[in-house]
Amino acid sequence: MALNKKIKELHDKREKLLLGGGEQAIEKQKAMGKRTARERIMALLDEDSFNEYDLFVEHDARDFDMDKKILASDGVIIGSGTIYGAPVAIFAQDFTVAGGSLGLMHSRKITKIMDHALKMRMPLIGINDSGGARIQEGVNSLAGYGEIFFRNTISSGVIPQISVILGPCAGGAVYSPALTDFVFVVDNISKMFITGPEVIKTVLGEEISMEDLGGARIHSEITGNAHFFAMTEDECFEQIKKLITFIPWNNERKARAFDPGEPRPEFDIEKIVPDDPTLPYDVKDVICAVVDNSDFFEIMEHYARNIVIGFGRMNGKTTGFVANQPLEMAGVLDVDSSDKAARFIRYCDAFNIPIVTLVDLPGYMPGVDQEHAGVIRHGAKVLYAYSEATVPKITVILRKAYGGGYIAMSSRHLRADFVFAWPAAEIAVMGPEGAANIIFRKEIMSSDDPDGTRKQKVEEYKEKFANPYVAASRGYVDAVIEPTETRKFLLHSLTISENKLIQMPAKKHGLPPF
Amino acid sequence: MKQFENMEILNLLTGLYKTRLSSKFRNRQPYKPADPHLILSFIPGTVLDILVKPDQSVRKGDDLMILDAMKMQNHLKCKVDGKVKKILVSKGDKVSKGMVLLEME
Repeated sequence: MALNKKIKELHDKREKLLLGGGEQAIEKQKAMGKRTARERIMALLDEDSFNEYDLFVEHDARDFDMDKKILASDGVIIGSGTIYGAPVAIFAQDFTVAGGSLGLMHSRKITKIMDHALKMRMPLIGINDSGGARIQEGVNSLAGYGEIFFRNTISSGVIPQISVILGPCAGGAVYSPALTDFVFVVDNISKMFITGPEVIKTVLGEEISMEDLGGARIHSEITGNAHFFAMTEDECFEQIKKLITFIPWNNERKARAFDPGEPRPEFDIEKIVPDDPTLPYDVKDVICAVVDNSDFFEIMEHYARNIVIGFGRMNGKTTGFVANQPLEMAGVLDVDSSDKAARFIRYCDAFNIPIVTLVDLPGYMPGVDQEHAGVIRHGAKVLYAYSEATVPKITVILRKAYGGGYIAMSSRHLRADFVFAWPAAEIAVMGPEGAANIIFRKEIMSSDDPDGTRKQKVEEYKEKFANPYVAASRGYVDAVIEPTETRKFLLHSLTISENKLIQMPAKKHGLPPF
Repeated sequence: MKQFENMEILNLLTGLYKTRLSSKFRNRQPYKPADPHLILSFIPGTVLDILVKPDQSVRKGDDLMILDAMKMQNHLKCKVDGKVKKILVSKGDKVSKGMVLLEME
C-alpha cells in the first residue's frame, strides 16, 4: 500500500512537469504554428521508444529572485529512443519554459545526453527552440554554451550530429548547429543569426526583418548554413527519419543495407545527356538512372545548385553522390559549390560512405566577385577533400571535363579508385575554342580568312583531343563505357572496393584550406 | 530530351552555355574601381562636422569631414590634391552607407 502511494506521488510529480511551461505557454507556442518540445520528440521517434532522463532537474539561478521560480525540467527535455529501430540520443529545448533559455542546469542536461551519445556511439539529434542565454545566470550560461560547443567538436566525425532549428536560435547558440553535420530548418519557424535585427539597426542603421535576415529560406538558399528545408515540422521530421536510414550509427560502422532494387525505367540513361556540351540537362536524372529504385536523397537542394550532393543506394548500400549540374550556372565550380561539395565529401569519408562523382563541368567561374571572395582557397577545399578521402572513390566523366575542373572532380590524380568516361566525354586542358585559338594563333592570324581557319582549327582540335581516348591512352581513364553500362560498372567497382585499405602518413591532423 | 524553362546563355571561356542563372549571379555588383575624387560614407552615420568649403584647395591626407558612426568619430580624408568641387551634405545629416558626401574636382 505504501508503494502505491509512492507511485501515485511519482505520477503527480510527472504530470506537473510534463506540462512544461503550463497551458497558457503551450497555447502561445501552438499559436505560432509550433509543436511543443515533447510533441516533437514523439513525432520523430518510434512509437513508445522514448526514455526520458533528468525530468526532475531544477534550475540553478540564485539571483534576481529567480530562486523563487520553478522552471519545469529547466526548459529542456533529454533522453534516447529509436528511429526505424536505430538508436538516437535526443534533446529538445522547451520554449514554453522561460523561452527555452539556457542556464547552467539546462546546459548540463544537454551535455549529459551528448556525453551519453558519444560514449554509446550513437547519433545525436538536437532540437533548438530558445531565446538564448538566461541572462540571470550570467557567466554560468556562457560556460554552458562553451561546454556544448566543445562536445560538438569532439564528437564530430565520430557520431552523426543533427541539429533541428524549430524556433529562434540566436547569438552564441547558433554555433552548436554550425558545428554539427546536418541542420534542418522549417519555413517561417526557424530563425538563426549571430546579431539580430535590433542590433543591426542600432549599429548600422539598416532595417531588416528576422525572416529576411536569418529565416529558413535565407539559410537554405543564400548562406548554406542549413542542409534541409521543409514547409512544416512534420515534413522536417520525415526528412530527418529518411536521413537516419542512410547514415551509420557511428564512424566505425557502415550504414544499414537495404534490399537492392533496379532504377525505374522512366529514367532512360541514353536519353538524358545532349551531345552538344553547351546544352543543359538535369544531372539528377542521371543519378536516378543508376541508383536503386531511382531513390535519390538530395542534400542542400536550394544552395549552390550548380553542384548536386546527396545519398542513394547501390545494391542496397548507402553511396554518396557528387555531380556537376549543367542545368544551373552551366555546372561551374565556384566558391559556394566548392564549399558544398568539399564538406559532403569529408562527411562521406568520415562515415565510411563510398563516393560516386559524376563529372560534366566547364571549369571554375570567372569573376572579380569570385576572386575577391577567395575562390582559390574555397576551390582548393575540393582538391583537399577528394585527396584525403580514403573511402572508395569512383568517377564517371559524362561529358566535358576541362582544366582545373577535371583535376578537382575526383580525377585519377587525386587517387580515384576507378575513373570511367562515356564515349562523348571531352577531357582536355580547356574547351576546344580556347585551345585552338592559343595553339594555332599564328596560323589563324596570318590566314587570308582568319574566321574560316579558326573554325577549321577548332574542328581539328575537337577531332584530335576533345575525346576520352587521349586520357585513356595514359591510363587516367580506366574504361570508356556506354551510358547503359554505367550502373553495371558502378556496382562492380563498389563491390570490389568494399575492403579498400589505404595507409595515410601519420599526422595529428591536416590543414584543410578552411 | 527534356525541355527546360528559364534558360539563358552563360558566356564562359569554354563556350556559350544554355543554363539557368543563379540569383547570386544576377544580383552581383559589377566591379567598379574606386574613384578617388568621390568621398563616400563607408558606414551609415551622422555628419558631425564639415571642415572644408567649396572651391577650397586641399591636399591628399587632409581631413574633409567627420562622420559619427558606431560611437566613433571617423575622419574622412582627402585622397587627391586639388579643389573641393561640391559638398552634397550638411552638418547633422544622417547618411546611409555608400552615399556620395563630397566631390573633388
